[in-house]
Amino acid sequence: MSHETNSLVPDQLTEQQRLILVDWLIQLADDEFIIGHRDSEWLGLCPTVEEDVAFSSIAQDEVGHAAFYYELIQELEGVSADYLAFHRPAHERKNSLLVERENGDWAYTIVRHYLYDLWDQIRLDAMVESSYVPLAHGAKKMKREEYYHLIHFQHWFTRLAKCEGEARERMKHAMELVEQDLDDLLDIGVIESDLISWGILTKPPVEMRSEFYSQYKELCKDLSDGSERRIIFSKQVSKGRMGQHSPALASVLENMTEVIRFDPNAQW
Amino acid sequence: MDSQLLEEEFVKRVQSGAKIESNDWMPDGYRHLLIKLIHMHAVSEIMGVYPEKEWVPKAPNLRRKLALMAKVQDEMGHGQLLLRIVEDLAAPYGKGREELLDDLVEGKVKFHNVFHMEARTWADAGLIGWLIDGAAIINQASLLSTSYAPYARILKRICAEESFHMQHGENVILSIAMGTDKQRKMLQDSLNYWWYSLLFFFGPLETTPAAQKMLHYRIRTKTNEELRQKFLAKYVPRIWSLGLTIPDPTLHYDSKEERWYYTEPEWKTFQKIVSENKGPKSQERIALRRFAQDQHKWVRLAMTTEV
Repeated sequence: MSHETNSLVPDQLTEQQRLILVDWLIQLADDEFIIGHRDSEWLGLCPTVEEDVAFSSIAQDEVGHAAFYYELIQELEGVSADYLAFHRPAHERKNSLLVERENGDWAYTIVRHYLYDLWDQIRLDAMVESSYVPLAHGAKKMKREEYYHLIHFQHWFTRLAKCEGEARERMKHAMELVEQDLDDLLDIGVIESDLISWGILTKPPVEMRSEFYSQYKELCKDLSDGSERRIIFSKQVSKGRMGQHSPALASVLENMTEVIRFDPNAQW
Repeated sequence: MDSQLLEEEFVKRVQSGAKIESNDWMPDGYRHLLIKLIHMHAVSEIMGVYPEKEWVPKAPNLRRKLALMAKVQDEMGHGQLLLRIVEDLAAPYGKGREELLDDLVEGKVKFHNVFHMEARTWADAGLIGWLIDGAAIINQASLLSTSYAPYARILKRICAEESFHMQHGENVILSIAMGTDKQRKMLQDSLNYWWYSLLFFFGPLETTPAAQKMLHYRIRTKTNEELRQKFLAKYVPRIWSLGLTIPDPTLHYDSKEERWYYTEPEWKTFQKIVSENKGPKSQERIALRRFAQDQHKWVRLAMTTEV
């Protein structure tokens, strides 16, 4: 049965639809929350004061998007957005491994964020006509902000990639590291076919992934040595979407919950 | 006209309320004082980022996290705006952004005492927004009438943003003050830790020769003690209304003399923190700045190289 033309109404979802939708929203929310958190760690440490200000705006946008997704889940699950953001243990989190990695150097930061944003753009494009109307509305709004993020990181990426010497070496190394996590980022897990059949996504993930990889191959041409880059993708099975994370996420969460743990009965 | 006459003319102008622009003629002494004052202000804004930035990852809910991120970003933005002013003033000496920030790492420019201190708890993070930004507004609002026009223009914007910060801090503090016993204890402890740093923030009682010169040139128009009295008048009643105890049993208002009496901070101890970067967190935070300066040289080089 095709559901493509029917909107999904929040209080008329079947149990299975609700579960699938929540799984997807958690992936989106956790991705945005953790990358925003990592971005915020850069404040005061960026290459220029101007970049500190710009990067902080991006961090705030990402955390704001996470809050939006968590609120959608709150409506479906009756669990507060704050609980979802702060109280879930690592094994319940569905962010990709890429966003939880430690910040590394500026080259890694730029490559990671640019590729993450490229994927996020493709993801948002596939949601602007979503059958789940609250999600479609949000996607349209977020796309307007992500447009500026993309320009920002594209500028950094091409500039650094086209340089000689240390910048180029660092960029190459960063790309090798990020490439290992790309399959995990682009994975959606077992809910993929349901997202399509219920019209939550309007573009098949297979096509989304091939769009991403062709854009990425195009970008690799920016590396100044002009040589054909062989992209090596990790063959490992996806982990992030299954709640399997690196120790980096555990330490983020440990840090994040310090105040909450100080007095669990308190309002802050 | 000889320089003596030019100087007299200049002083007459500023004392009658004239405003000076960056490309107007100005005495070297005036320029030096401005550079010293605004450079210190700029790097203080930047160093003020670190104590609160440490609490961004730990902010206890989404609303607080977003608010604190925005606040800390504003402080960095103030640093940037102020550095632009110092760059114009220091241009005749061949000093630019890179050198002005190197001065910080090399200990050649000082920053406010409060940013040498440790932000130990979430209450400290809130109190910084409430009382330190509150103190900063009093200081900066008094500079709005400064004779140097570019500084006055930027201060107008800074004061507007700082008053948001003060409200943000006040809101964080109110939640804690209305909270559990454990939270209230945390808040009292925070006030105890910051109180004398806050008093020192306004500077020594006596008007130093440099401060005297700033008054002469109308760079400043109020003394340290006048500003400290304003702070006490505004915040002591608010602190008391939260049921907190100010850690100074001698503190009182003399209504005849219309002034607050208080136990003075240990001037020498605090002075040493500022002049020798010997506060609990001075070196650690300067090291973060050094990281930003040194580790990213390759980035700044790449961004300025022709490709």
